[in-house]
Amino acid sequence: MVKQLTSARETILFAAILAILVLVTTRFPGFIAPGNLIDVFNDTSPLIILALGQMAVILTRCIDLSVAANLALTGMIVATLNSVNPDLPIVFIPILAVLIGAALGAINGILVWKLEIPPIVVTLGTMTIFRGIIFVISDGNWINAHEMSPAFTALPRAIFLGLPVLSWFAIVIMVASYVVITRTPLGRAFFAVGGNPHAAVYTGISIGKTQFAAFVLSGALAGLTGYLWVARYAVAYVDIAGGFELEVVAACVIGGISIAGGVGSVGGAILGAIFLGIVKNALPVVNISPFWQLAISGSAIIIAVAFNAQSSRTKGRVILKKAEHAT
Amino acid sequence: MSVIKNILSTAAVAAMFTAGAAQADDIRIALVVKALGIGFFEAAAEGAQEAAEELGNVEIIYTGPTDTTAEGQIEVINALIAQRVDAIAVSANDTDALVPVLQRAMDRGITVISWDSGVAEEGRELHLNPSSNPLIGNMIVQLAAEHLPDGGDVAVLSATTTSTNQNIWIEEMTAVLPNYPGINVVGTVYGNDLADDSYREAIGLMQSHPDLRAIIAPTSVGIVAAAQAVADAGMIGQVNVTGLGLPSEMAGHIDSGASQSFAIWNPIDLGYAATMLAYNLSTDVAEAEPGASVPMGRMGELVLDETNSGAMADPFVYDASNVHDFADIF
Repeated sequence: MVKQLTSARETILFAAILAILVLVTTRFPGFIAPGNLIDVFNDTSPLIILALGQMAVILTRCIDLSVAANLALTGMIVATLNSVNPDLPIVFIPILAVLIGAALGAINGILVWKLEIPPIVVTLGTMTIFRGIIFVISDGNWINAHEMSPAFTALPRAIFLGLPVLSWFAIVIMVASYVVITRTPLGRAFFAVGGNPHAAVYTGISIGKTQFAAFVLSGALAGLTGYLWVARYAVAYVDIAGGFELEVVAACVIGGISIAGGVGSVGGAILGAIFLGIVKNALPVVNISPFWQLAISGSAIIIAVAFNAQSSRTKGRVILKKAEHAT
Repeated sequence: MSVIKNILSTAAVAAMFTAGAAQADDIRIALVVKALGIGFFEAAAEGAQEAAEELGNVEIIYTGPTDTTAEGQIEVINALIAQRVDAIAVSANDTDALVPVLQRAMDRGITVISWDSGVAEEGRELHLNPSSNPLIGNMIVQLAAEHLPDGGDVAVLSATTTSTNQNIWIEEMTAVLPNYPGINVVGTVYGNDLADDSYREAIGLMQSHPDLRAIIAPTSVGIVAAAQAVADAGMIGQVNVTGLGLPSEMAGHIDSGASQSFAIWNPIDLGYAATMLAYNLSTDVAEAEPGASVPMGRMGELVLDETNSGAMADPFVYDASNVHDFADIF
């Protein structure tokens, strides 16, 4: 039953994506050229990676608002490291980014797990703290293209089997997330903790530990994206990805991941991110006034969420026919 | 309860004494910027420090919100009013939104000037333009035209739709366009001063206008993102990115050829001049009124027009020949 509902949702989302593609193509035929679609996917890759991390967190009835700040802080740390020590082999940079991101995520996780502070408060706090730390370590300065080593900025845009490495990162993470979410005890624990915490405890699942794992996962992916982001735009400063956490949450919500936890799928999160990515990439090329762009993106989110609420609403059972007619 | 009250009041009195001691002879000038962590404003703060050292009895409070919002600046200014600073020099995120809070500051006897990005006339005593808007508007299109002897399509990548100075410059640019025959402005897009949005808009411009020859980005975030987008799209040599940027941020893109040249006034001079003006008004050396000349140290004098605003100097052009000399400064 649940399975049917989610897959129906993905089909509708997929249809919506196709409809937008058709609509955009009537105004700008070049948009569906394979080369451009690859560019759009590549541009959406950071959002996909973050949405998959966020999904694990939301499944456990938490939310991680610090992802964009984590991304920016990790990005700044690896960029600083690279500018100070350009000889550090490039393979270490993504690994380091994952570790730094995971450590930052673990801070969120510990606070939620051990101190039982509501996740929205914890991550709202760490979001500000992370941004503040970037300011402290960078002293407000930018790290610019010419201060990064060529290998540092080249990695995400290197082409491998016809796709940029940035896209490959997203693809590998998509597959890995699918395996983790659907085929491992941890993935089932995410659903159990979010779906019915009391039952989860009876089956021997630690709620706190599972939420901790979700935050570490989300943090690790945010850290990796931090490196990819900084290298892609070849600039690191305090404000990078400002407000991006909301886009990540929006991608999850559009993808049918219930904010109340326990409901969602990897496919949904990916399609939600791709939906937003296409809207963001299509609006600049179809000559819609910039004044309308924000309104259009916002409406898409509201419509998707309204639809979400409608489809997941469970009908109450009528136990007194007479009373129903009386009111 | 009373113990706590006692401690609190003692602390308050102690704070008043220490504050009083520092306040006795120092003129405290707050430099409020659009957001902390922007290279341009960090450089302006350096200039303000330079002015403070030259004047001797000035303490600079360099502050601003962490993101470029008017709401954030209002909070910061309220805090400054509570601290009873002597002068506030603000680069505004919104022309009108700051007016009420700045009027409140002026009612309390605080000297208020705006610099870089202006506040509406009733919200400040004078406004220091980094350069005159017509000169900048002309400069940005001239930079594009210089490298397009046969003319061609150009597009503008701005900051946000409500950015005060970007909108004025684009207006002034449009006004002088007839002087540049063959230069055809095909559109204006907004990157919201975010690297990723600006990058995406620049890619969009190149897609929707295949004959595009130049992108004019009168914003330091936009110009860097557009240059990176041009490089990634393999359009170096075909699309020239120009506009307003900082040498330290643009040096790499000048080297790669994505940008031939760009312009900016010297932010160090700007912060210096703003501090000098605030000091001179606050100490009643000069009065802000239409037609008046207010001295600003080594930058000469600021001549005020009928709206009490004046221009500091001409924008300065940076290209491959000089960008590296300035890249280490700001």
